[in-house]
Amino acid sequence: MEDLLRNDYKVYVEVLEKRAKDGIITPLAFVWEDGRKYAIDGVIDIRKAASLKAGGAGLRYTVKIAGNARFMFLEEDRGVRRWFMEKKG
Amino acid sequence: MFMNEAFGGGKIAGNSTDYRKILHCDVNNFYASVEILHHPKLAGKPVAVGGSAEERHGIILAKNYIAKPFGIQVGMALWQARQRCPDLIILPPDYPKYQKFSALFRKILLEYTDLVEPFGLDESWCDVTAICGKPDAARLLADEIRERVKNELGLTISIGVSYNKIFAKLGSDIKKPDATTVISPTNFKRVVWGLPASDLLGVGRQVEKALTGVGILTIGDIANTDISYMERLFGKWGAYLHCYANGLDNSPVKPGDFTPVIKSVGNSTTCPRDLVSDADAHIVLYNLAESVAERMREIGMSAKTVQISLRTNDLHWFERQTSLSRPTMIAAELAEEGMKLLRKNYDWRLPLRSIGIRGAKLVPYSPSEQLSFFADETKRNRAERLEYAVDDIRRRFGYEKLGRLVLKSDGILGQLDAKTANVIHPLGFS
Repeated sequence: MEDLLRNDYKVYVEVLEKRAKDGIITPLAFVWEDGRKYAIDGVIDIRKAASLKAGGAGLRYTVKIAGNARFMFLEEDRGVRRWFMEKKG
Repeated sequence: MFMNEAFGGGKIAGNSTDYRKILHCDVNNFYASVEILHHPKLAGKPVAVGGSAEERHGIILAKNYIAKPFGIQVGMALWQARQRCPDLIILPPDYPKYQKFSALFRKILLEYTDLVEPFGLDESWCDVTAICGKPDAARLLADEIRERVKNELGLTISIGVSYNKIFAKLGSDIKKPDATTVISPTNFKRVVWGLPASDLLGVGRQVEKALTGVGILTIGDIANTDISYMERLFGKWGAYLHCYANGLDNSPVKPGDFTPVIKSVGNSTTCPRDLVSDADAHIVLYNLAESVAERMREIGMSAKTVQISLRTNDLHWFERQTSLSRPTMIAAELAEEGMKLLRKNYDWRLPLRSIGIRGAKLVPYSPSEQLSFFADETKRNRAERLEYAVDDIRRRFGYEKLGRLVLKSDGILGQLDAKTANVIHPLGFS
């Protein structure tokens, strides 16, 4: 049962972000679960979306990391905002 | 004749397109779908949401489509459900999460029209007449809303499109999951009249039994039965059903927030020894407030009012209440308000035999924002998060593993098991 409830593809990440005066949040860099740090080269798209792979929903940022497009989700739960990413696999 | 006028009868011309465009949007298997969204490994497995699995009297609150063929039904006891489907995965309800997704769902609907009327957490009517001139526009809009809810929230919904609320609701039940069903003034006899009478909103078990007894089996049978006969059978309600079945419901979509059925959460106890001082009451009220606050957090609510009830040892009973400056689900705030009420209203002329505390005028919980200008808000936000952390620790390791120091100050009163003793569950969840 516990194994079924474990989210193997959901990785909460620490994010360095910029909050603009108009309230828009832009992620600048993040720390992956293994401790490696990645710079975000740019944000391609922002929209509300669900992550069926990792489980959950929020604001989905499509970001460019080392030339590749990846999703980052800004999730809000019980007043706490957290970033998560989908693990490959 | 009167009922036809009241319901706007005659205003709907068969070939005209000048009729209301109403959507009824229903999230499929709401609780179970939200859980599966958050636990992707459960997809494809029989899943139900049910009252606490530790409690033998827990019941099924929701199920997914895979659990349905096993005969799993809402309201069934957990042990019965497990008998029918040994592989059934039963998860405890997470009301704050459901409230959150309900609000997000409603937010999408409100982008299209202000006329959104919630019917529970997972259903809403929308009057989209103003933005849908042509009949097909409402269907296309319904399809767009379905896609958006699926993409943005990861949930599927069924939508009924019709010219009145009753048929719109009926339409959302016809095809599930993830479908749109149109019931128009021109097709309703074909689509609706062959359905069982029990599918009509307002036909409960008792009415269905009575209808069956007189040979009225379908919605078409209701529509074609003389209205005066329906009135003889069910009084005014019979006339309403006759109008509903004929597509003559003209009730407006009333905008508003979802008002929860639960009005209050409380807990009271007859103490192991009589209370003789503020210090005694302090211990018991904190103990009770902890369980009340935890219960409120379970259902995602905060209280705008605190009530205390007191019974003296000569069995005289009374209660007092106070309004809070802002809603709370923090145990310490509830307990302190309770203590203020007690100090103001009781002089310890006699010892107290029992005491209770209740959070009332419940409103959906919204977290305190961290605004740097207001230090209190930051403190409060921290207190709220701490309460959730305590809930989590207790859930994982047991309720008694973490307790307030104040409870240790009296060997007898501090041992009172407020969590399991005499909890007054809120209406609809007991």
